[in-house]
Amino acid sequence: MILLDTGSGILTQPGIVGTLVLLGIVLFIGSLLITARVQVLIARIKAGRASAAEVSDDDLLAMDTAALTGPLARRKAALQFKLRGDELGGTQEAFDDKALISRSTSEPDNPLVDEKIYSRTKLDVPPQLQKLVVWYLGAATFWLVFGTMVGQYLGMKFVWPDMDEVEWLSFGRLRPVHTNTVFWGWASLAMIGLGYFVIARTSSTVIHSYRRAWWAWGLINASVVVGNACLMAGINNGGGEYREYIWPVALLFALGLIITFRNFYATVKRRKIAEIYVSNWYILAALVWTIVLATIGYLPWYQNGLGETIIQGYYMHQGVGMWFMTFTLGLIYYYLPASLNKPIYSYSLGVLAFWTQMLFYTLIGTHHFVFSPLPWWLQTVAIVFSAGMFIPVIAGTTNFLMTMRGSWGVIGKSYVLPFFLVGVVYYFVGSTQGSFQAFRFTNHVWHFTDFNVAHSHMTMYGIITFILWACVYALLPKMTGREPSQLLVGAHFWLAFVGLFAYTVSLMAGGTAKGMDWIAGVPFIDTVVNTRGYWTWRAIGGSLMFLSHLLFAWNLHTMARTSTVPAASLPTS
Amino acid sequence: MIDFHRDHANLVNVALLVFVLLSTLIAVVPADTMQHNEPLPGMPVMTEAERRGLAIYISEGCVACHTQQVRNIEMDRVWGSRPSIPSDYHYSKQRMNVWQQSPSLLGSERTGPDLTSIGQRQPGEQWHLLHLYDPRMLVKGSIMPRYGWLFEEVDPAAAIGQVLVPVPADRLKDPRNKLIATQAGNDLVAYLISLKQAPLPEGTAPAVFLSSPGANGEAVALTAPDALPDGGAIFAQTCSACHQADAKGLAGAFPPLTGSTIVNDEDPTQMITIVLSGYDARAEFGVMPAQAEMLTDAQIAAVVNHVRSSFGNNAPATTADAVKAVRSTVAPTTALQP
Repeated sequence: MILLDTGSGILTQPGIVGTLVLLGIVLFIGSLLITARVQVLIARIKAGRASAAEVSDDDLLAMDTAALTGPLARRKAALQFKLRGDELGGTQEAFDDKALISRSTSEPDNPLVDEKIYSRTKLDVPPQLQKLVVWYLGAATFWLVFGTMVGQYLGMKFVWPDMDEVEWLSFGRLRPVHTNTVFWGWASLAMIGLGYFVIARTSSTVIHSYRRAWWAWGLINASVVVGNACLMAGINNGGGEYREYIWPVALLFALGLIITFRNFYATVKRRKIAEIYVSNWYILAALVWTIVLATIGYLPWYQNGLGETIIQGYYMHQGVGMWFMTFTLGLIYYYLPASLNKPIYSYSLGVLAFWTQMLFYTLIGTHHFVFSPLPWWLQTVAIVFSAGMFIPVIAGTTNFLMTMRGSWGVIGKSYVLPFFLVGVVYYFVGSTQGSFQAFRFTNHVWHFTDFNVAHSHMTMYGIITFILWACVYALLPKMTGREPSQLLVGAHFWLAFVGLFAYTVSLMAGGTAKGMDWIAGVPFIDTVVNTRGYWTWRAIGGSLMFLSHLLFAWNLHTMARTSTVPAASLPTS
Repeated sequence: MIDFHRDHANLVNVALLVFVLLSTLIAVVPADTMQHNEPLPGMPVMTEAERRGLAIYISEGCVACHTQQVRNIEMDRVWGSRPSIPSDYHYSKQRMNVWQQSPSLLGSERTGPDLTSIGQRQPGEQWHLLHLYDPRMLVKGSIMPRYGWLFEEVDPAAAIGQVLVPVPADRLKDPRNKLIATQAGNDLVAYLISLKQAPLPEGTAPAVFLSSPGANGEAVALTAPDALPDGGAIFAQTCSACHQADAKGLAGAFPPLTGSTIVNDEDPTQMITIVLSGYDARAEFGVMPAQAEMLTDAQIAAVVNHVRSSFGNNAPATTADAVKAVRSTVAPTTALQP
């Protein structure tokens, strides 16, 4: 193999330079962390000196009870408390006089549909915010069903290419309809809707302007409607993935983002607490970065020739990394601890992941064009920093898993947490796999094959979509007081999970077989014919996924129905 | 020190500035540098029809499945004689109009074959028209969509001067009619046929193809003195698109190789000549492209032997040396280096 050009000094090797930069960044962040630790230590020592002398429990017990008042008296009484011995097995009749039990059953361990815990708290949410969130999520869910129906149809065309011969249903025109709908329609609207709740809640304030939020809702939906109509009519921007909408349509979306950003920013600005919760870091940054990204992606002055290809690699990668991933991480940092009813394991790791996400993710777009005529150094930088992505990914995964640690029992009793668990595991697996896929050897085998499609579904579906579902199921019942049917949530979960598994595994196996065949010089058409079986399994997996979206849509409807129970009769937090 | 935890303005500004800076360095500046290149000396300027065809190519989303980049790795050698270079895209990758940017031709998915040299592999208009009309008529295992809307059925009088699409009469609403391509269909075919790799200027060495990790012995077989490469694979890759996998051809479009007198001739010279320099002697069939620049002597010998010994044909085998001898008489080009 002659993949490495040896010769001139080792320090001019891009791989070495990149690694040194990586080490430098780690060192820099490490020293920042140590500084922060030392500051905390100093602060604690100072605080310790200032506080009053404490009384130990032993001394307290030895003191005369009559002489004690206030906290010390209560503490002594507490220390002396003993059980009577008949609290649980007494002869008194049990009565739930605080209404703690919502339901009782005589068969608690039904093996098929284990009873999950119902959410008993109803959050006190301003009705305008509730309506806004419901409408954002409703529109998002509509696009999820529509977009994946298109995707399912496209998947079937691999097996039955003669299903139709209608121009606006042909594969080339419909494929971007699928991708753009689930990107800008489903995931984006769902994220923003869920984000509105986070931004208000963690700032202890109300949304700056509901009117602007509705404007953004209209603009984003309009861009998806008009954009899809254009694509089916054969009008697109040039075929670059995820920027197929022509610029006037993309502008509607960008305006929606700008309005949303200003609204979020103004809400954070009027927060009632000093600290900006880390979720809002991610959410605000995702909006800012994506506005920049859309601008760079559509400005024309550097995009002729292969300039376009560099921007394409940058744009399609950042679209996923700076928009969907960043925003969704922000959502996890709120909804995951909130669902577990405990704080995030490490706030600092969240901050570390934030900055490394920005540094590394930005530099790796060209890994979509390894071995292409783009400059070799640019490809190498992309590959090196793809490996650097391990840092934010491992930081994030560790943080989420450690937050869940000790609550594994709760996961089995919740219909929200399994979605989080799958999302977090896919966050690690999908992202790490993506980094590995960027390496030259793996790229050699997998690039251009169906493996790419498996990877994008592992990430956009396994990570983003599962997390968004988790957040929806975590938020809506608490907001509206309406629970979905647990059986249907379970069916949604398992159909989506098993479907995704069948989808990705079949395409990964098929893609690998195809790549190896290409290397071995098998005639191209034979590799097409050989993939048919894998495509069939993909279509089956896709069908399960689509079915699960119908269930999700029904569940959303159940949760979002306008409450018929007077709000006052429900307990509020 | 900047307190990101409490100062929202600083947080957002730093995130914005660092991202803009990194984006400029990693994307905008390299992109700006890359857009300046000169066309190769032998590259023809795109005609109006080809440019309209490129617009159809983009409009129909062909880039979703077809790449146009020969990577510098061994496995991409089947798609072009050298790795692609930025100048290859000098004419095609320009901003299309005020609404549409420079087309994303390089692609990210090879569900269908790479089209860098499709004009060289398939120079015939009829092949492309028929293939767009119904890909599975020509390539049985193809999963490409049919593009019926690029065609129209017309009265024979209206078809005069047009390239006829040789479809069987039972595919037409009225069997007396003729099938021709619309303007868009003809433009698209003009664009596809124009796709060829321009030669590098005299004395310029092309970039090397990097060897493929895990490749099996095929590359070895090509250079081994006696063993010939797999003729069946070359037939599937190069010949079967027209002559069909069973070599029975397609009536009215491409001639059969079964029972052909040229194929079964004791002396393979004429058959080798046709493979090397192409064939357009019979009006009822499409043009056969020359393979002199596409295949090596050993590959031609292998595929000739495969055809002469399969599909019910029975003629003696030939050798790479025999092909070399014929090549020296028919084409001034030097033999391809294996």
